[in-house]
Amino acid sequence: MEKKVLFEIKALYRDDFRVTGYSFGQGEKAACIVGSMRGNENQQLYCCSQLVRKLRELEAAGRIREGKEILVVPCVNPYSMNIKKRFWSIDNTDINRMFPGYDAGETTQRIAGGLFETVKDYRYGLQFASFYMPGRFVPHIRVMKTGFEDVELAKQFGFPYVLLHTPRPFDTATLNYNWQIWETKAFSIYTTTTEEIDRVSARQAVESVLNFLRKAGAIDYDGFEGYVSKVVSTEEMVTVRNRSAGFFEGKAEAGEHVRRDQVLACIADCYEGEVIGEIRSPIDGTLLFAHAEPRVYQNTAVYKIIPEREEW
Amino acid sequence: MIETVVQVDLPADEALRIRKLRLQPEDGGNGRRISVVTGIHGDELEGQYVCYKLSDYIQKNTDCLRGTVDIYPALNPFGIDSITRGIPAFDLDMNRIFPGSAEGDMNEYLAAQIVRDVAGSDLVFDIHASNIFLTEVPQIRINELHADRLLPYAKEANVDFIWIHGASTVLESTFAHSLNTADTPTLVVEMGVGMRITQSYGDQLFAGIVHLMKRLGVWDGEDFDVRTPVVSADNDDVCFLNASASGIFLKDVNHGAALRTGDLIGRIVNPLTGAVIDEIKSPADGWLFTIREYPVVSEGSLLGRILYGKESSV
Ligand SMILES: [Zn+2]
Repeated sequence: MEKKVLFEIKALYRDDFRVTGYSFGQGEKAACIVGSMRGNENQQLYCCSQLVRKLRELEAAGRIREGKEILVVPCVNPYSMNIKKRFWSIDNTDINRMFPGYDAGETTQRIAGGLFETVKDYRYGLQFASFYMPGRFVPHIRVMKTGFEDVELAKQFGFPYVLLHTPRPFDTATLNYNWQIWETKAFSIYTTTTEEIDRVSARQAVESVLNFLRKAGAIDYDGFEGYVSKVVSTEEMVTVRNRSAGFFEGKAEAGEHVRRDQVLACIADCYEGEVIGEIRSPIDGTLLFAHAEPRVYQNTAVYKIIPEREEW
Repeated sequence: MIETVVQVDLPADEALRIRKLRLQPEDGGNGRRISVVTGIHGDELEGQYVCYKLSDYIQKNTDCLRGTVDIYPALNPFGIDSITRGIPAFDLDMNRIFPGSAEGDMNEYLAAQIVRDVAGSDLVFDIHASNIFLTEVPQIRINELHADRLLPYAKEANVDFIWIHGASTVLESTFAHSLNTADTPTLVVEMGVGMRITQSYGDQLFAGIVHLMKRLGVWDGEDFDVRTPVVSADNDDVCFLNASASGIFLKDVNHGAALRTGDLIGRIVNPLTGAVIDEIKSPADGWLFTIREYPVVSEGSLLGRILYGKESSV
């Protein structure tokens, strides 16, 4: 294992800003795994830390394949992490909206550019991603439709689901999108949580990544095979929204199989306690995402359901 | 008449309302309409003064009104109320969610209703104030995709500068882009600095708005002379000055300065060591239309923008 500084900015009063990488093995740039880019992505950082630990053991046992190099970047934004701010400390910009970056541009463009310069040469690019909405997910792999996406490969992780996602305008400035434009096979890994650490889900994610690296010929590993992934496009998913604002009382969890008309949650008036709304499932399916915050605004996407299909 | 454009109920005994003032002659007028919109970014307040001034002026001279003037002073009322640039609680830039969606979440719904209400105007002003970091001379920014349609209006808006910039996918989700692609001409004004009001700039833009109201037949009162702006349609003639190091920026000239090659624009200093880390000098002759206002910089922070080979319009 080699620990190296991939990008650095000298600061005025804080310690220097550093993006640190851990490299295993030598040779062809086989796979790069990137962790947290925002200051609240604890789970994403945790997953990378567990991956670094595992790869170090594997390397010591001589199980990184000859001529293959794997790079893990646990955190792209230690500054925000350390002050518990989600986005960049001074101007609140999001590093994951700055790719491919620009080395003569603004600070976060330089960070994105500095990272991308290193990570763009890898054959496979994996990112532990997070969702902007508070809630829990069923672990899944997300692949952006750019023309360079590889769904068959995404199934190799052995996650329950592979989600095919059509990029929206802001997606074009993310790491995942730009990786694909530069012809790296890119995958975003969604585990259950973001701020809160879910060790079980993290372990599953780490196993899946190792499983993928084995199938990609980068390591020798006796892992589990995982699931036979089901491929779903984001357009197929059904979003369930609450009508009224109030306290949110969830009655169904991410991963649960639900039936049409089943009560998924209740909304109660925040002052008077009366139930003012009931959220029912419009279809038979599996809950991919479940909202998890005490209060909700009107029309929040509180559940995302993967419809049941005949062939499954 | 004050109208509610869109309203949503919040969890704890409050409704979020986006409101506008509609000014019209008693008979409803000739059907022509100008909309003045501001406050998408809650930390940009220059437009507050323009809305107030325009509203006050028209209400004192209603007999000159021939069409409709809609004034939307606060598209992001939560942001303005809490000194927050984006939408608080969502950490979301409101100018990245347009055109919104009537079936979407609360913010997408608000965006969709705003677009529905403003669409169809003969001209829209979307007033911004840069951000808290930079001060700008009064300018209009135009996406090159819409330049043919917007440039004739922009030239009569009494700004100092028109900057026609390249198209970018990310900018497709702005308020102005959504309206411009929906055939409602929308001018993005940037002037002054965040969290402050520069009344002289507000007065200048006010005159431009009244002038265009007159040109479009919305107004039949007094007209104002407008200045001829500098127009830049070439991305290579704008130079960006970014900080070479982290430190405290001290500016030595103000925005709007005419610069000669080698003129000192400012310094980056280190108060801990007492050292000057960098001196920022003008790389060419030109016009400094943007300068950094906020002193703390990190490597890469924007310090200024220069339009090469130009001085100023006045
Ligand atoms: Zn703005």
